[in-house]
Amino acid sequence: MGLFILRRLGVMILTGLCLTFIVFWLTNLYPNLEKLAKTQGNFRMSDEAVSSYLGDRGYLEPLPIKFAQWLGVAPGWVTEKPEGKTFGRCFAEGTPEEERRSFCGVIQGDWGTSTVFKDDVSSIVATRLGLTGKLMFWVLVLMVPSALIVGVLAGMREGSKMDRSLSTVSIISTATPEYVSGVIFIAVFASSAFGLKWFKGSATSAMENANFENFFLPVLTISLYGMGYIARMTRASMTEVMTAQYIRTARLKGVSFRNIVMKHALRNALIAPFTVIMLQIPWLLNGVVIVETLFNYKGFGWVLVQAAGNNDIELLLAVSVVSVVVVLLTQLISDIGYVFLNPRIRIS
Amino acid sequence: MEQLTWTGALSPLNLFLALAVAVLVIAVVVQIAMSLVPSGGNRAVYADGTMSADKGLSGLVGMVVQYALLATIAVALLYIVLGIFMGPSAGIVGGMSQQLLPVWIALVATYAISIIFKRRLGLYGKLFDSTVGMIGFGLVMFWVYAGFFGGVMDMVTTHDTLSQMSGMKNKAPGTPLRGAEEGDYQWFLLGGDNLARDVFSRLFDGAWVVVKIAPFATLFAFMVGITLGLPAGYYGGRLDTFLSFLANLILAFPVILLFYLLVTPEIVLTGIPNYMALVLFIFPLVFLAILLNSRFYTQPSLRTPLLIVVLGFGAWLYLSLVSTDGAVVATPTYSIPGLPGFLDGFDIDPNLLVVFVSVVFVNAPTVFRIVRGLALDIKTRDYVAAAQTRGEGPWYIMLWEILPNARGPLIVDFCLRIGYTTILLGTLGFFGLGLASESPDWGTTINAGRRLLSIYPHAAIAPAVSLLTLVLGLNLLADGLREESLRD
Repeated sequence: MGLFILRRLGVMILTGLCLTFIVFWLTNLYPNLEKLAKTQGNFRMSDEAVSSYLGDRGYLEPLPIKFAQWLGVAPGWVTEKPEGKTFGRCFAEGTPEEERRSFCGVIQGDWGTSTVFKDDVSSIVATRLGLTGKLMFWVLVLMVPSALIVGVLAGMREGSKMDRSLSTVSIISTATPEYVSGVIFIAVFASSAFGLKWFKGSATSAMENANFENFFLPVLTISLYGMGYIARMTRASMTEVMTAQYIRTARLKGVSFRNIVMKHALRNALIAPFTVIMLQIPWLLNGVVIVETLFNYKGFGWVLVQAAGNNDIELLLAVSVVSVVVVLLTQLISDIGYVFLNPRIRIS
Repeated sequence: MEQLTWTGALSPLNLFLALAVAVLVIAVVVQIAMSLVPSGGNRAVYADGTMSADKGLSGLVGMVVQYALLATIAVALLYIVLGIFMGPSAGIVGGMSQQLLPVWIALVATYAISIIFKRRLGLYGKLFDSTVGMIGFGLVMFWVYAGFFGGVMDMVTTHDTLSQMSGMKNKAPGTPLRGAEEGDYQWFLLGGDNLARDVFSRLFDGAWVVVKIAPFATLFAFMVGITLGLPAGYYGGRLDTFLSFLANLILAFPVILLFYLLVTPEIVLTGIPNYMALVLFIFPLVFLAILLNSRFYTQPSLRTPLLIVVLGFGAWLYLSLVSTDGAVVATPTYSIPGLPGFLDGFDIDPNLLVVFVSVVFVNAPTVFRIVRGLALDIKTRDYVAAAQTRGEGPWYIMLWEILPNARGPLIVDFCLRIGYTTILLGTLGFFGLGLASESPDWGTTINAGRRLLSIYPHAAIAPAVSLLTLVLGLNLLADGLREESLRD
């Protein structure tokens, strides 16, 4: 087991390195750098001005060296201007010679500075992750229990009216992407056109103080899309369990239907949905980006859009590191949790 | 011309529809509530040993549900059928129904022919045995025909999708066209958007963009996934480890981040999408070549001409697809020459190409994983062992023994994946990536309409509901196919 986790961690680090290198490569393509220079400087820069701007800030060094600098395994760039100014990756202009560091990268805990927000990347990511964490928490609170209840109710009597209507509901919810359900919810519950102004169409105020009125619609929008999928998986697992031999034995022994469902079937039926729920979490990230854009909630997804839209390289790298870690960690947890939940499986 | 209401002269029917729907909803709720309570025995045992049971309360409710459902469908059909004849005098619904006449005819014809010949049509024919499958197929074909007649034949659309009409900005559905001339259609059936364009026409023009891209992108993703997944599952070992690592690498990327990195004008300038197109589009060609060669290599007199014809045509398609203006990759600094202009069959807009390529790129790893899993499972079967004993080559076994036996799950996943691709295309449009901002496709329209959502929701709701019905149709179709393919 320990070896298994170690091996998985190794693969995780390798995947993370590969992915960040791809992001690094794509964001450091020359047209992207040119756009960055023009948005940071001014839009009417000449080509020479662009290349001197980029050259001064170390953007024109070879890709592997830049990547190593970002990682913190190569010394950061230092530019000495002819007029005597000296500045570098790891120190601002006017820092005395003895205080200048030569290594500053992820390994040293330095995630760089965002060019859009003019702030430390680590502090931006931390605050925004906190906001998204709040959103995700409520999404999970709403989504997981309702999906499990729907799935179990549908799966306990396969083919019944209840099964059919609940299955239809879950198919509809899997067919409704967030930007469709969000638009419909806002139009119906928050617009003046239908006259039902029950909720607010914007969640900006929910960042400081979230209440039912301004936070329910975004939470519902994200939950619905994932809910249908989890409910269908739970239903499939429940129907499989309900046809098992031991359920028939219990039935023949005269155990009541309620007891069969609650005591015999439920525990076995909930093993498979656990994996599904864990693997669903990375997918929620997509929903988070869409919903935060739609409802103007300035969390992690919103930062992703801002960073990607403005080619904010270091912020984008931090964002992708976080999302890759989320994806791989949930995979790892789902594998390990599956072994604990299901004693029939052993990892060699 | 006056403002149209939703149902116009057919308004008296609204009462019946409301009544039927209300009864249906109440009856379904009652039915579900009753299914939770075990039904008591209404059985009577007679002296001669026979038993009888009346339908009881649950049977009665079941009957009510059935009739209410039939009544609802009948009223809805009445709106459509009467609408075809009455046109806009039957309100917006009537006007839309009349505009969609070619779609209705095509749908009825498709269903009539398919149901008559369903016993001879294999899996497709069996689809017409399942209600769910039929509903799903109907929704999908509705949008396919609507896209075809609207986007290609210009029969459904009422106005030009790009021209802006003065005074029609953000107007509600059914507003008469101000200053309409003799030949013009007199109304904006679904209202005007924030640039005073007709929402109805844009909706059906946009349907064609979706219907055109999604199935092809899915098909290419399947070609890539199958060509790589079969050997990974069949051979295993290093190849499998390497390919699986690559697939997991792409899957670990958040889709939206990948889109934001790939689908930008700056990336188009670097020519990366063209390189990706070069790689991804070659897979169908490779697939076809291996498929035919592995089957016919024992008969060179048949194989050689067959391969020359198929691969020649395929290579021409491939080269026309990847080359624009005589170059495969054209960047400001260098270009790689491709097919010269006079041989080039068609050009693809670079924005469309980058959207297409990235959607294929995102979908292919999932298909790869599914195919690999199926291959791992099927390669242990006896018929594979028999083929190995006969001395068949590995590619023959993969493509002619394993693949046909994996077709059931693959067809189902193909339907689901078209739906997922539609959602991805909508996501791209929603973030304003790829396609031009005046493109009528649904995602872009939703993006344009969402800014005024709380005041004028109609411009965003129409494409949102359309996308929902199309994806729902594909999901139901997949469900129906799964049910029917499991039956034999």
